[in-house]
Amino acid sequence: MATFIGMPAFPEASARAVGDAQLRHNLRKATHTIRARRAAVVAEQPDWAGLRAAGAAIKDRTLRHLDVYLERLESAVTAAGGHVHWAEDAAEADRIVVDLVRATGETEVVKVKSMATQEIDLNAALAAAGIRAYETDLAELIVQLGDDLPSHILVPAIHRNRAEIREIFSGRMASWGRPAPEGLTDDPRALAEAARLHLRERFLRAKVGISGANFAVAETGTLVVLESEGNGRMCVTLPETLISVVGIEKIVPTWRDLEVFLQLLPRSSTGERMNPYTSMWTGATEGQEFHLVLVDNGRTSVLADRVGRQALRCIRCSACLNVCPVYERAGGHAYGSVYPGPIGAILTPQLRGLTGPLEESLPYASTLCGACYDVCPVAINIPEVLLDLRAKVVAGDHRAERLAMGAARRVLDHPKWLALAQRSVGRLRRWTPRHLPGPLSAWSDTREVPVPPRESFRDWWARRAGEEGGR
Amino acid sequence: MSSRDRILARVRAALADVPRTETPEDVEVPRAYDRSRSGPDVVELLIDRLVDYRAVVREVTDVVAAVADALARRGAHRVAAPAGVPAAWLGGVQAVRDDPALSAADLDALDGVVTGCAVAVAETGTIVLDCAEDQGRRALTLIPDYHLCVVRRDRIVRTVPEALTRLDPSRPQTWISGPSATSDIELDRVEGVHGPRTLEVLITPAL
Ligand code: SF4
Repeated sequence: MATFIGMPAFPEASARAVGDAQLRHNLRKATHTIRARRAAVVAEQPDWAGLRAAGAAIKDRTLRHLDVYLERLESAVTAAGGHVHWAEDAAEADRIVVDLVRATGETEVVKVKSMATQEIDLNAALAAAGIRAYETDLAELIVQLGDDLPSHILVPAIHRNRAEIREIFSGRMASWGRPAPEGLTDDPRALAEAARLHLRERFLRAKVGISGANFAVAETGTLVVLESEGNGRMCVTLPETLISVVGIEKIVPTWRDLEVFLQLLPRSSTGERMNPYTSMWTGATEGQEFHLVLVDNGRTSVLADRVGRQALRCIRCSACLNVCPVYERAGGHAYGSVYPGPIGAILTPQLRGLTGPLEESLPYASTLCGACYDVCPVAINIPEVLLDLRAKVVAGDHRAERLAMGAARRVLDHPKWLALAQRSVGRLRRWTPRHLPGPLSAWSDTREVPVPPRESFRDWWARRAGEEGGR
Repeated sequence: MSSRDRILARVRAALADVPRTETPEDVEVPRAYDRSRSGPDVVELLIDRLVDYRAVVREVTDVVAAVADALARRGAHRVAAPAGVPAAWLGGVQAVRDDPALSAADLDALDGVVTGCAVAVAETGTIVLDCAEDQGRRALTLIPDYHLCVVRRDRIVRTVPEALTRLDPSRPQTWISGPSATSDIELDRVEGVHGPRTLEVLITPAL
């Protein structure tokens, strides 16, 4: 899997994926492999349900008092010698990072993949400022050297076979840095070794590192990054200056709360008992200069929605993607944002607002089978949010009439497959709108629960297609 | 108004439904999970998990002999050692102390590193380093290709919650669960990308 725990980036939607039988096969193999691994390591954890309930509640506590925790985090990081910056939107976040890099006088940075930096399109902003950002994840390296787009969330270079990777390394490494070894074979070990050597030189001389964070502990100011390959450790440890770009919802209140998430995330994400490497640091560490950039970029709008707010609990494990029949068919590109799959279907329309055909169609990119809710380690009721968003789309205006060319279209080119998926998966699951449990019942008990449109994705599409007159 | 103030104001406006009198602690967090558990012997469990990650692991009684033996088998001659690793462990090799701090290039030229550990988590096969005297700064255990880690039995706990209670958040930490790994090439797992490609663990008696 990608070194990054969670979801790597997906650039603009690309229709290329659909119809490529080999890629489809690889994608299915990847999601099913990880799905089985996750199921096995979750099954061996006897208290999984308890961890999941605690994870959801801790995130709800954080979100309901986010102002308090943001201020706490800020003072803890500052007290530990770090600098905290606040960015209202992507442009401001980019500007802050560019200025920080410029202040160091450097024109190169090493990056460990993070969804937040993908979301704000940081690499483009850095490039525009004459700063070269090197992604250091193996899959990202393959993609970057091949001048290519990632094709899958868990294994972004899954569309490249070993022979192609050998070609890319042999042909392109020299123009980026250390050339590939003479006589490089297509053995994965040899290829990984070539990547190790190529990147090593870069790590050892890097002066500025850029990361995201999986968690930020308000009480102590500690940042936490989970990864597999060790490129994350390199990026956060070796450079003289470290800049971490973090969404405001990544906070957990206390050090102790990590005991829940360090169990939930690796098992849900890569299906491991623990990921190979986790780095934790508090403020300026071992003589490093440390900057934390806190990013809103639409999150406060999500927070304002009492139903949709739960999407901010997301710890980006990607488990919901691996079980989603629509994702498996559509691939990541169809979701038109860095956040694909079921979480993307609820997060993107909320972060950006229901502002266009893509955003309005995303709530329909689901069979409502409920598998995403079942696997979600922080119990985000994705079907509930989808239905609520559908209600908002319907209540909206005529825009719903021009949805048809949105992201969902590609799935819908194969309605038979979808029907099959609904029969095989949907019937096994039951989804009913429910009140939120425990401490949150205050929300669900007092808010007006909209009568959810009971229309399935397929029905919606059939109706749309009919209205569009077979366009 | 700064961006900071505007973001905080938007957060507060978004939370208009939260009663003013509610405190964070009023949001109940059910902790219906295990902080500790009973089960198989923690040493056996740790060994089983480490082997699962393809780390080399041995239970030993004579730490001096075991370290010498491991380094000899590895063919490691010049080895980084943080200040707190006893000189006695490193009789047979050239121990390179990180004082003054070694450069990244210096570290890259060494054959390996020998350290202790802060805590080990049996259930997940995790070794936690917190940069104490016997572990050194983070780069020391990152750049050399071979990491020999000595784990005292009394440093082993069973669960992740038990580990966190023993750790000090103000110290930088690295949690290591097996050698680094990638499956980015045709889903084939390859051990060892950027971190040390070989992790060897010696489990020794408690002091
Ligand atoms: S919504 Fe849940 S399952 Fe999906 S990525 Fe987020 S935390 Fe994981």
